[in-house]
Amino acid sequence: MSETRLMKGNEAIGEAAIVAGCRYYFGYPITPQTELMEYMAKRMPQIEGVFLQAESEIAAINMVYGAAGAGARVMTSSSSPGISLKAEGISYCAGAELPCVIVNIMRGGPGLGSIQPAQADYFQATKGGGHGDHRNIVLAPNSVQEMADLTMLSFELADKYRNPVMLLGDGALGQMMEPVNLEEKPLVPQEKPWAANGQGERAKPNVINSLYLKPEQLEAHNIHLQNKYQKIMEQECRWEEFNVEDAEVIVVAYGITSRIARSAVEMARRDGLKVGLFRPISLWPFPSERLLTLAQQTKAFLVSELSAGQMIEDVRLATKQIKPVHFYGRMGGMMPSSREIYNQINLILKEKEAVK
Amino acid sequence: MNSKLYARPESLADVPFHYCPGCQHGIVHRIIAEVIDELGVRKQTIGVAPVGCSVLAYDYFNFDIVQASHGRAPAVATGVKRVCPDSTVFTYQGDGDLASIGCAEIVHAAARGEKITTIFINNAIYGMTGGQMAPTTLVDQVTTTSPYGRNENQVGTPLCISEMLSTIQGARFIARVAVNNPSNMAKAKAAIKKAFQLQNSGEGFCLIEVLSTCPTNWGMTPVEAVKWLETNMIPQYPLGVFKDAGGE
Ligand SMILES: Cc1ncc(C[n+]2csc(CCOP(=O)(O)OP(=O)(O)O)c2C)c(N)n1
Ligand code: SF4
Ligand SMILES: [Mg+2]
Repeated sequence: MSETRLMKGNEAIGEAAIVAGCRYYFGYPITPQTELMEYMAKRMPQIEGVFLQAESEIAAINMVYGAAGAGARVMTSSSSPGISLKAEGISYCAGAELPCVIVNIMRGGPGLGSIQPAQADYFQATKGGGHGDHRNIVLAPNSVQEMADLTMLSFELADKYRNPVMLLGDGALGQMMEPVNLEEKPLVPQEKPWAANGQGERAKPNVINSLYLKPEQLEAHNIHLQNKYQKIMEQECRWEEFNVEDAEVIVVAYGITSRIARSAVEMARRDGLKVGLFRPISLWPFPSERLLTLAQQTKAFLVSELSAGQMIEDVRLATKQIKPVHFYGRMGGMMPSSREIYNQINLILKEKEAVK
Repeated sequence: MNSKLYARPESLADVPFHYCPGCQHGIVHRIIAEVIDELGVRKQTIGVAPVGCSVLAYDYFNFDIVQASHGRAPAVATGVKRVCPDSTVFTYQGDGDLASIGCAEIVHAAARGEKITTIFINNAIYGMTGGQMAPTTLVDQVTTTSPYGRNENQVGTPLCISEMLSTIQGARFIARVAVNNPSNMAKAKAAIKKAFQLQNSGEGFCLIEVLSTCPTNWGMTPVEAVKWLETNMIPQYPLGVFKDAGGE
């Protein structure tokens, strides 16, 4: 059964989680993700699920750790400062290999920052966020529909790899309203023979743990994790392209910024300029290989983010800088207009002309 | 007869404890294991282990264990219990873990009336990290971070967790016990058993505080440590039932 309805991004995440079989939600209020929490407060009791307002983000992620450890599909959500508080818990989830979904609807920082949209938590999300060598799978939607679709995918990937997945949105996506189609999919129950849910008929007790006191054992555990991350890098890169084939400048942007960038690219095309858009959907794993291929055929990149420049580091690494990588960003809750990005594109093209 | 008396409870794994000589963590582990065996709930029990000397509890207990981050065991147990409401879920926590870094989590687990049991090991010190001051450290007690003795004007007075939690409506049963002699051990076991029984009948949050020795970081022999506990800790932390919402 499927129906199209008008929803806020934050609500779409909540409903999609329920469709994906998530019956446990633990959170703490913070703008601009609170609609998601309030949606869960309303919906979970209707479907015999558990909604719990935790005493803090720290408690919430540790409730997630417990519920995931007991084998449930479970989610928490927050915004930037709250995600910082969850960092230790996320690292524990990664270390104990617990599948869980963590939503970050980013706001401006650092510190208390603002409640306006931003993309300044890219480093925190994609480089692990917590201590130790760990990785979260990070998915970045750019529409309300995709917030729903990627939420469902997040639960699948979390279970498939026994790994935390972070859905990285921003205040604009969280609060905008768009039509969304939530297709009910039959749930495939996940076998979790490792879960600590009471020994029952099992031959041995299960232990959920990230402690390895012997260095040899901890190194072996880390090698196991790195092998898993390698597999994820090979299999789970996702991206979208628009007009890149003949593009002389490729704009690289994710999330809400990719929509503004797309308008800029369309504007440029109308003016006969050869410009394209590359949108990473998985921020980790980052679609590096494809970007390197594009670097061989284009003349320059323009990375646009709502930050001082964070994803740009991955673009530089991916393209080995065989072509120049330019940057245009706004910060603190400010949004670029498509005209601003268009002007940057023009500048880059003009420079190229001048060099010729 | 005797061999039966000393038989290892099924809920304890067949491995030696790593605890120091005279440490009472092992005694409390054994009491918990006996209680779980007696209640016949081993296969539906999930323990939540802390960060502290008892972090390796998962090696010693013979049932499912979730190892929690420092202080967060009550939140982790909340997650477990909400997923497995028919299971027996308990946290085992030290005084640094519960009374300092995890103070918020234990207070709110009690406030929600979370249907879990907490075994709280108060040894007035941070054992695992080598004897630093805890919120439960006695006034004038020397530790590595209160080398001149705990100065109440600067770092306050001992936090009485059982008294504090007993003011919370959601708390069902709160008691403080000790395991310094056979009679107190029997009382400790009875209290722990009651705390598990009340959980299993769905009655709410229960906490048993166990006064415990840390001869190593107190700088004493095991015998001196028991004596110190009796002459210094028990007067500061009186034994008894602080809350029994069901009445007696
Ligand atoms: C977030 C965090 N902070 C600090 C530590 C270091 N640490 C490990 S155990 C411990 C104190 C444990 O003392 P207590 O809870 O009293 O347990 P005991 O060893 O005395 O049984 C501390 C501070 C840690 N592991 N994690
Ligand atoms: S350091 Fe103290 S609490 Fe830890 S095992 Fe030794 S005696 Fe027990
Ligand atoms: Mg202690």
